[in-house]
Amino acid sequence: MTPRPNGAPVVKVEGLHKSFGDLEVLRGIDMEVGAGQVVVIFGRSGSGKSTLLRCVNFLEDPTAGTIEVSGIRLEGGHRTHHKREQIRTLRTHCGMVFQQFNLFPHMSALRNVMEGPVTVKGLEERQARAIATEVLARVGLEDKAEEYPIRLSGGQQQRVAIARALAMEPDVMLFDEPTSALDPELIGEVLAVMTSLATEMHMTMMVVTHEMGFAREVADRMAFFHEGLILEEGTPQEIFESTKYPETRRFLDAVL
Amino acid sequence: MTTDGTGAATRPPFASEPGASDPDGGRIDRWSRRSATVPFRVKVALVWVVIFAGLAFLFWAADFDNDWIRENIWFIARGLVFTLLMAALGIVLAVLLALVGALGRLSRNPIAYGISGFYTSFFRGTPLIVQLFLFYLAMPQTARNLFDRFPNFLPQNFADFFTWTSFQVGVLVLGLNYGAYMTEIFRAGIQSVSHGQSEAADALGMTYRQKMRRVVLPQAFRVIIPPTGNEFIAMMKDTALVSILGSALESMELFRRAQLVGNADVRPLEALVTAAGLYWALTAIFTFFQSRLERRVSRGYVRAAAPTGRRGKERGKVIATGTGGSERGAPAGYVLDAPDIPIAGHPHAGGLDEPAVGVPTLPPEQEEP
Repeated sequence: MTPRPNGAPVVKVEGLHKSFGDLEVLRGIDMEVGAGQVVVIFGRSGSGKSTLLRCVNFLEDPTAGTIEVSGIRLEGGHRTHHKREQIRTLRTHCGMVFQQFNLFPHMSALRNVMEGPVTVKGLEERQARAIATEVLARVGLEDKAEEYPIRLSGGQQQRVAIARALAMEPDVMLFDEPTSALDPELIGEVLAVMTSLATEMHMTMMVVTHEMGFAREVADRMAFFHEGLILEEGTPQEIFESTKYPETRRFLDAVL
Repeated sequence: MTTDGTGAATRPPFASEPGASDPDGGRIDRWSRRSATVPFRVKVALVWVVIFAGLAFLFWAADFDNDWIRENIWFIARGLVFTLLMAALGIVLAVLLALVGALGRLSRNPIAYGISGFYTSFFRGTPLIVQLFLFYLAMPQTARNLFDRFPNFLPQNFADFFTWTSFQVGVLVLGLNYGAYMTEIFRAGIQSVSHGQSEAADALGMTYRQKMRRVVLPQAFRVIIPPTGNEFIAMMKDTALVSILGSALESMELFRRAQLVGNADVRPLEALVTAAGLYWALTAIFTFFQSRLERRVSRGYVRAAAPTGRRGKERGKVIATGTGGSERGAPAGYVLDAPDIPIAGHPHAGGLDEPAVGVPTLPPEQEEP
């Protein structure tokens, strides 16, 4: 969880291609995310931004290209037994937050957060409980530890999901449209937690979102996805104030 | 309702209709209104009492030998131990096979998929009784023939190893047969767990085993347990089929014992009735426990505290008001539960206008988030 000095890259994506049958969703993506950096990925739906995120932790197998996370370097294509093992190691370095939260409904909030440390890392109950309590406090839900997900609001569920990812002490957090399934009045609390991760913990983050206010405030860089390619990449200032591309302009005009 | 002349002529007028002069129509309406004040459960209990009274009369009139039943019921009931034991061991085997079978059916591994496909196809595609004979008679015969052909490669006691008692065959075949059917139950249960759950487990870095054990199966079991309870109850009854294989007295299940003493004393009817009653009592008890178990496994899916034991009462209430006889708009889900016989023929009697298809309403505990 501690930020790396001098922003050495945590995530490297090189020549990433991904096809679903005949449909080519990603057509050659190169991207680097340095330690402590927050990259916001935006673009029209279907432009491949979620697919990129899901390729980074191999929820989707890249058709071609290379993914490197925390020094674990993996090629796309067929999964071998050895690669499967490496994918799991890679995943323990990535925290993933889903649009639909995907909390485990049969476990309390605390158990949800403890699950990774206990089952995957093999920590003792006591240690895991301490970590879980700490990260739940970080997302402001220490008093909801014993509640089951169904009794939590959408915003609270998403914050537990963030805590669950944090408990693995990842090197990078991947946010896949984390506020898209939330009622408007609940978006703020989730964005506030994400902002605090970026500004206080200097967490490395890749965020797919349409929340342009969050992007302007927190992002170090923004990448505009268009038809499976990164059309434009730059600081929020560059993107918002001096984009050269009519596609970016049109998209921003539509969501702002 | 009918608009032709004859239909209108025979239709009793509604009580609320101005100028309803037919005294009969008014009487029926009073009937139904009084009936509505009696709780549904009381009416049902009354029906049961009448049925049992009828049966008691039947037994008395048919000269049933109650003394014989009293003398022999304990001998027959001792078979319950083996019935239960066989069903318990059988269901354990079935659950294990169903779990493996379901994971095979969901696997992309062609060997696992192929084997589980063959297994379910054969055991669902042949009658249980044929399978019983196959394993009881054909299996030891095949083993003997195999031994005769390859005496040098097979151990001396090869044939003995495949000669099983009827109890052992019963457990094995019931387990195999029910396991094949339950494979589908388990497969559906596993598939009912949303893909997002599986992805969340993957994203944490869990192995396939960890994901199944910690995340997918606990949720699938919520869906799997109720029908598995049903299968267990059904299996307890199918243990009676094993009796045709014959068995030694010390391992006889209920039905075999009943046949034995019934035939010996020429009291086959009494023996059959006793056996039926014992099976029935057994399944009734387990049905009760199963409904409690069902309520327990829904924990974590209910926003409020679990409403234990309230469902029945509420259901009775709704029905009592819903069958007043003058409410067309009764909730569709309760149409099946409205057999208000006294007002049959009344044009407003719910359940006659519409075909009795109950829209299955989800019990409150089962609601998804």
